[in-house]
Amino acid sequence: MRAILGRRTALRSLAGVLVATLTIGVAACGGDDTSGTDAAQAGPNGVDDGSELTLWTRAPLEKQAKLLVDAYNASHKNQVKLTVVPNDDYVAKVGAAAGSGSLPDLFAADIVYVPNWVNQGLFQDISKNIDGLSFKDTINKGHLSAGTVDGKAHVLPFVLDLSMLFWNKQLFKDAGLDPEKAPATLDEYAAAAKKIQALKKPGVYGTATGLNCGGCLVFTWFPSIWASGGEVLSADGKQSELASDTAQKVYGTWQDLWKSGAVLPSSSAETGPTWTAAFTEGKVGLMLYPATLLSSTPFDAGVAGIPGPSGGASTFVGGDGIGVSKDSKKAAQAWNFLSWMMSEDAQVEVLAKNKDVVSRSDLAGNKYATADPRLVTINEVAGKGDTPVAMNFQQAFNAPNSPWLTLVRNQVLAGKTGDLQKDNEEITAVLKQ
Amino acid sequence: MSVNAPSRPPRAAMRGRARPRGRHALLGWLYATPTAVFVVALFAIPLLLVIKMSVSRWPLLTGDQGVNAPANFEKAVDHRFFTDSVVFTIKYTVLATVLLLVLGLGLALLVQESSRWNNLLRASFLIPSALGLASASLLFYVFYSPYASPLKPLMDSWGFTFLGSPNAALFSTTFLIVWRYAGFYMVLMLVGLQGIPADVFEAARSDGATRAQTFWRVTLPLLRPTLALTTVLCVTGSLLAFEQFYILTKGGPDNSTITVVQLIYSVAFQGQNDLGVAAAISVIVLVALVVINALQLRAFRSEES
Repeated sequence: MRAILGRRTALRSLAGVLVATLTIGVAACGGDDTSGTDAAQAGPNGVDDGSELTLWTRAPLEKQAKLLVDAYNASHKNQVKLTVVPNDDYVAKVGAAAGSGSLPDLFAADIVYVPNWVNQGLFQDISKNIDGLSFKDTINKGHLSAGTVDGKAHVLPFVLDLSMLFWNKQLFKDAGLDPEKAPATLDEYAAAAKKIQALKKPGVYGTATGLNCGGCLVFTWFPSIWASGGEVLSADGKQSELASDTAQKVYGTWQDLWKSGAVLPSSSAETGPTWTAAFTEGKVGLMLYPATLLSSTPFDAGVAGIPGPSGGASTFVGGDGIGVSKDSKKAAQAWNFLSWMMSEDAQVEVLAKNKDVVSRSDLAGNKYATADPRLVTINEVAGKGDTPVAMNFQQAFNAPNSPWLTLVRNQVLAGKTGDLQKDNEEITAVLKQ
Repeated sequence: MSVNAPSRPPRAAMRGRARPRGRHALLGWLYATPTAVFVVALFAIPLLLVIKMSVSRWPLLTGDQGVNAPANFEKAVDHRFFTDSVVFTIKYTVLATVLLLVLGLGLALLVQESSRWNNLLRASFLIPSALGLASASLLFYVFYSPYASPLKPLMDSWGFTFLGSPNAALFSTTFLIVWRYAGFYMVLMLVGLQGIPADVFEAARSDGATRAQTFWRVTLPLLRPTLALTTVLCVTGSLLAFEQFYILTKGGPDNSTITVVQLIYSVAFQGQNDLGVAAAISVIVLVALVVINALQLRAFRSEES
């Protein structure tokens, strides 16, 4: 009896790793046969012959992905089957599939992981197809360059997600602030948050963020550094520059905000799943917030670029890139989806119509954008934004136990501001691995 | 190959001869085959694969890149959270085991004697065990959330959050585990208690033993096999803790609640994406578990004899 129980528990301990092992073991026997149609030979529009394509994406972009897939399926013979994977499980799922040679035809990846995944050979080279697009020069540069290795492009922008400064106009009015004017510097941002906090409305807080969520902090705080002309990483992505004076000013402002009680208290433990919920419910005055949520924010919200300590405006050009997987046997059909996705039909009539950002600069002034000045603002700031490129981005910044999270928590919550150099070196050490 | 009951005695009589014994052995192997297949397919092969992984360079996204022993083990031990996670896992295991065993035994003693509330009590202690651990963790995630919890007003007025500080996170998670498993250990203890013959207690009573004396001198010693089983189960289960911390704390706040299995998961899938190092930690954990369980069983056995 005991022996059986012991064995069972031992089994359990290994189960997670074992599943991966088994699949990889199978993969090793599979070998690389890349038969099937080549995307480049299929012409600029690919092939639309009624094939079934599979597409994976992660949950935060579910809404945009569904709209795109539904519109494509309605107008094409090819049918795309969409699988939405929870954000936290996405890397594990893609990893297991990559090892076993069972990746879907198309899959999207958080743009910060794209350099690594392209380097590991998960995407097919589609540079010839992209070169064939007449509007190639208008495609978002940040996404395109994240997926380019040795001059070969592998990835197109799927959905752009920009971090923007959102404010609740009603709460601004209540606090005696100008509801039509965005805070121009980070200090003004802090002052506005404190004023809204001073209203002492039950359950209402000045601002909110995800202080236990590395991805959220990368997304919302890096732009503050960029806006004041600072850098976060060296050009090769191996050196962290997050101990600069500008960065220190950003941490200092947030530390002051946290101490003053103007930050939603649950922010300190927020690991990501509910980091935007309080603002969406109208309980937070202003917040650095993802632009993809513009269409699901039910009240009148103002939108502006994220200011730095000395003003300016910037944004994190995040979201997901998409490419044809190394395992796809239907590359020509998959390219048909991608080329349609970049077309005016998809960009304007699907994405822009849903108040999303278009990935082509020549379509920034489309009819839906001009109808909502906030979209014009977002499209304008998109040009000033940045996408950091580093091979070990996930481990250094997004992972739950990343050194970046340690740095921020020491600076803002624990008051261990003296550890800044040490924490920054820890990030560099991970980036260099 | 038919076997029917009446013909058995004569066959048994023929046992001395070679042919029937061979047939029995064959039959035995046949009976054991399904189990053997499962053990080999689900235990032996994966175990060998993990050992192979642990001595190979094996990134998540590109697969096997050849042997590199013992680099993975060096990297595993040098990992910046390795020592922290071992210390935390042991701390959590001691806390959970003491609480669960004491509570399990206490509850079992409470519901052992028949009274009219017995069935209700037993059922209410056991109900949490019907919930999967992941579902229970999600339930408590909402319960502890400073944003969505029904206890939000309380947390606001006390300025306290359940998962906000390292100790609070540890105790909150332990509370979930105690809530979830106390009923299960109660049942195990109850089975042990009911296995003790009533006449032993009667003898103790007629010898004038007090309740405390009966408990310390009679109940506990006779419960030793049950205690051994529950301790082994509880220690092993706690050393392998994962779901509750993965869902409730993700190793936070400030990396204070990373268990060893969580470390394995994060090395494999959350950033480092290195299955080789993850497998190396798994092998270390496996060896440690074998040693710990052997020691526990020996401790209980030697006192017995």
